Amino acid sequence: MEKKKLVVVGNGMAPGRMLEFLFDKDPDAYDVTIFNAEPRVNYNRLMLSPVLSGEKTYEDIITHGDDWYAQNGVTLHKSARISEIDRDAKSVTSENGITETYDQLVIATGSNPFIIPLPGKDLDGVLTYRDLDDVDKMLDAAKRGGRAVVIGGGLLGLEAAAGLKMQGMDVTVLHLMPTLMERQLDPAAGFLLEEEFKSRGIDVLTKANSHEIVDDGTGRVKAIRLDDGTEIDASIVVMAVGIRPSADLAKSFGLDVNRGILVSDDMRTSDKDIFALGECVEHRGMCYGLVAPLYEMAEVIADNLLEGASEYTGSVTATKLKVTGVDLYSAGDFAEGDDREEIVLRDASAGVYKRLVLKDNKIIGAVLYGETADGPWFFDMLKKGTDVSEMRETLIFGQAYQGGAPLDPTAAVAALPDDAEICGCNGVCKETIVTAIKDKGLSSLDDVRAHTKASASCGTCTGLVEQLMQSTLGDAYNPAAVTPMCGCTDLGHDEVRRLIKSKQLKTIPAVMQELEWKTSGGCAKCRPALNYYLVSDWPDEYADDYQSRFINERVHANIQKDGTYSVVPRMWGGMTSSKELRAIADVVDKYDIPAVKCTGGQRIDMLGIKKEDLPSVWEDLGKAGFVSGQAYAKGLRTVKTCVGSDWCRFGTQDSTGLGIKIEKFMWGSWTPAKLKLAVSGCPRNCAEATCKDIGIICVDSGYEIHFAGAAGLDIKGTEVLGLVKTEEEALEHVVALTQMYREQGHYLERIYKWAKRIGYDEIRAQIMDDAEKRKAYFDRFVFSQKFAQVDPWSERVSGKDKHEFKPMATLLSEAAE
Amino acid sequence: MNAETRNWVAIGDLNDIPREGARVVKTDAGCIAVFRTVDDEVYAIDDRCPHKGGPLSQGIVHGSSVTCPLHNWVFDLATGLAKGADEGSVAVTAAKVEDGQVLLAADDLARRAR
Repeated sequence: MEKKKLVVVGNGMAPGRMLEFLFDKDPDAYDVTIFNAEPRVNYNRLMLSPVLSGEKTYEDIITHGDDWYAQNGVTLHKSARISEIDRDAKSVTSENGITETYDQLVIATGSNPFIIPLPGKDLDGVLTYRDLDDVDKMLDAAKRGGRAVVIGGGLLGLEAAAGLKMQGMDVTVLHLMPTLMERQLDPAAGFLLEEEFKSRGIDVLTKANSHEIVDDGTGRVKAIRLDDGTEIDASIVVMAVGIRPSADLAKSFGLDVNRGILVSDDMRTSDKDIFALGECVEHRGMCYGLVAPLYEMAEVIADNLLEGASEYTGSVTATKLKVTGVDLYSAGDFAEGDDREEIVLRDASAGVYKRLVLKDNKIIGAVLYGETADGPWFFDMLKKGTDVSEMRETLIFGQAYQGGAPLDPTAAVAALPDDAEICGCNGVCKETIVTAIKDKGLSSLDDVRAHTKASASCGTCTGLVEQLMQSTLGDAYNPAAVTPMCGCTDLGHDEVRRLIKSKQLKTIPAVMQELEWKTSGGCAKCRPALNYYLVSDWPDEYADDYQSRFINERVHANIQKDGTYSVVPRMWGGMTSSKELRAIADVVDKYDIPAVKCTGGQRIDMLGIKKEDLPSVWEDLGKAGFVSGQAYAKGLRTVKTCVGSDWCRFGTQDSTGLGIKIEKFMWGSWTPAKLKLAVSGCPRNCAEATCKDIGIICVDSGYEIHFAGAAGLDIKGTEVLGLVKTEEEALEHVVALTQMYREQGHYLERIYKWAKRIGYDEIRAQIMDDAEKRKAYFDRFVFSQKFAQVDPWSERVSGKDKHEFKPMATLLSEAAE
Repeated sequence: MNAETRNWVAIGDLNDIPREGARVVKTDAGCIAVFRTVDDEVYAIDDRCPHKGGPLSQGIVHGSSVTCPLHNWVFDLATGLAKGADEGSVAVTAAKVEDGQVLLAADDLARRAR
C-alpha cells in the first residue's frame, strides 16, 4: 500500500516530539516532509538560556541531528518558509519554490516575539529573544561590551538578563509591572527575585514604561528613554515582553483564527485534514507558551494521525526559571480570594519563601523560592486534587516531614507514588522511569533520557531523575561515571587510550582481552576507534586491521546511498592542469560516470561508480599522475588555498605554495576525525581558513595560525594559535598541533571539540610556547608518516584486496546454462 | 526439511572470504552477502538492508553480527533479525563449509528467486 503523505510546517520542539510519538507507534504509516523556516535541525529551545550564559553550546542542545532525519526517512527542507497552502489541491509551496502535496498537514509555526511599537524599534541593536539567531546576535553584542537593556521582567527577560550579565555586559531590566514575573509569582517572591538579581549587579527598574529607543545618528541604538524622562545608555535593547501565536499563514489560507489557530479537542483546525499544535494554536481559549502542554498536544495528534480518537483537554502548567543559582518554582493559581486559604513559610536568613494556596482543602497554587525540591510533590497533589486536610499542619515543610523523621532526598523520591510526575516537560511519571531502568538495564542518565525522555528537555528535573536512578539501582549507580566508548566496555575513550599506551597493547584482541571487553568481537563503534588508536600509537608495529575499518576506508572511496561509490583524486592545494582535467574527462566517459561535481575542498568528485569498476578507474587516473584524495578518510583531507602572491594583487605570501607544501607533508596521515585545512594569502581570507580545522592567514609579517573552526553541523570561527615568521615554522606548528590532536582526540571527535575539551590555552602553551614539546610532536608525526604515506589506489591497482571489488560467485540461471 | 535433503551449491573457497568480512554472490534473487566470522562460521543473508537498501556485505562484522554501512542497523547473521531498537529482518540462506568449500542451500536460493 502506498504510504500517506504527512507534511509538517515548522520544525520546533512540538512537531519534533509529535514525530517521535508517531514513529514510535508506527514508523511506516507516513512519508514525512518538514518545512523549516530556520536553517537548522531541531534543537531544544528551552535551553537557549544556558547557551546565552555560556553554560552550554548549540551542539549540546540539538534534539534531532541530521542523522535522525535520515534514519527516519524524513525529508527536511531547511530555510524553506511556506508561502502558500492550497487546501483544494492539498499542497503547500515554500518561498524558495518547493511544492509538496499532503494527505495530512500539521501546522506548527510557533510564535513570534511581541515587538513593542516604540519609536526606534527598528534600529540596529534592538533584538528579541526567541531563537538561536537571537542568541548569536546577543553573544556578538556581548563581545563588544557595554550595557544591555532588557525590556520585560518575565521568564524570558530575566533569563536573557542573567545570561548577558554572565557574558560580561552591564545589564538593566525594565519591567512595566510593580514586581517581576507577576504572572507566575506573588509580590513577595517577586521581591526576593528582584533582590537576587540586584545582588548580581543587574539593575532592575519596575513600573518602568519605555518611551523611545534613541538613535545614535547612524541607525544604531544609543539609549532608551522612559516616560519619566530617564535616559539609560544602551548598546543593545532586548525586547522580551511576550510572544504572539504565529497564525498569519493559517489565517491567510482561510483557517479559523482568533488569537491563535483555533483547534478542537482532537487538535484539528477548521479543515479536518489540517492539524495544528504548539504555540501557534488556541485551544478552549488558551494559548500556551510552555513545553509540557505542547508535548501533550503532540501525543494527541500522533494518535489521531493513526486513526485514533485522542482528545486534548487543556493543561495545568508549572514554571521553573532557568537561571543558575536561582531556585524558583510556581504552579497553578495563587491570587487571593475569600474562599481561599494560604500557608506561608519564610526563612529570611536562608532566603526561602514558600506559599501554598488552598481551596476546599486542596492545593490550587504553589510558589516556591529558594528551596524547590518539593515542587513536583505539590504539583502532583494540585493536579490530582488531593485532600490535604490530614497533613495541613506540616504540609508546607514538604514531603520529607509527612510522618516520622525527615527523609533524605533519595528516600523522598523513592516515597513518591508511582504516578507522580517527575519530568513536567515530557509528562514522564515515576513508574515509567523505574520500569525503563529495570527492564532495559539502564545505568546512565543519557540512557534514561534516550529511552524515557525524562529530563531531556529543560533539564531542571535532572536531580530527581538521578535520585530515582540511585534509589532503583542502589550502589550500582555511579553518577560520576565516564561515558563508556560503547556497550562493549565500561571504559571511556580517554582511559582506553591511556591503557593502550601504559599496558603496551598492540592488537585489537589484546585490548579486548586486557581491558575486559564484554562482547567477543566488539561492535561497529569500538572496533574502528581501537583500530585508529593502535595505528596512531604504534605506527611501526601495529598491523592495520582493515576489517575494523568503515567500508569507505576499506575500499578507499565513498559509499553512496545506492551502494555505488564516489572517487576524488588528490589535487594538491586545489591546483590542477589541462592534462589532469583531460584524464578525468576520459575516465568519466569511459566508465559512464553519471555525475561530476566540484567539492568544497577544491577537488573534483566523480559520483555513481560501480564498485567493480573502482580499480580500473584508479588505474586510468594513476596514469595521469593522480593519487587518492582520501576524501573518505578520518585523516588529512584537503588543504584549500587561494592564489596568493602568485596572482592576487592583495596576496602577501605564497599561500598556494605553502598549502601544497603542507598537503604533501601531511597526506596519508590518519586522525581521530576528518581534518580539513586552508591557507589564505591575506586577511580577506578567500580560502575561508577561519572555519577550518586548522587554517593559516598570511599577513605581511608572517603567518597567523588558526585552529578549531567548524562549518558543518556547527558553525564556529577558529581560535588563534599564534603568529610565526616563516613557512618552515608554520609547517612545524601545524604538524605539531595535528600530532597532539592525533594522540589525544577521541575517535570521531573533530578538532574543535577536542580543543574545547582540552582547553585552548593548554594547546597554545604546548605548541606555541614549549619548543621542546613542539619538536617532539613534530618528530613523532614524521616517524608515523613513514608508514602512512602509501597511495592506497596504486596498491589496489597492483592487486591488493582484490576480493573487495569482485563478487565471490555468480549463480544466475543465464550464466548456468 | 532437514539438512540432509537439501541441495547445496558450492560458491568458492572459505579463504576467499576474509575473517570478519563478507563477499557477494550474485543470484537470480539478487545479491547474497556471505559472511565469515572470526571463528570461521559462515552465514548468508540478503545483501540489502530492509531500512534503506544498504549493502550489508560492506558492513563491519563483529561476533556473529553485521552493522549496515549506511545507517548502522545491526543484524544477527544467524537469524537475519535486526538487533537493538530497530525492527526488521533480512532473508537468510543456509550456508555451511565442507572440505574448505563454502556451500549455499540451493533450495533456499530457488525459493527466493520465484
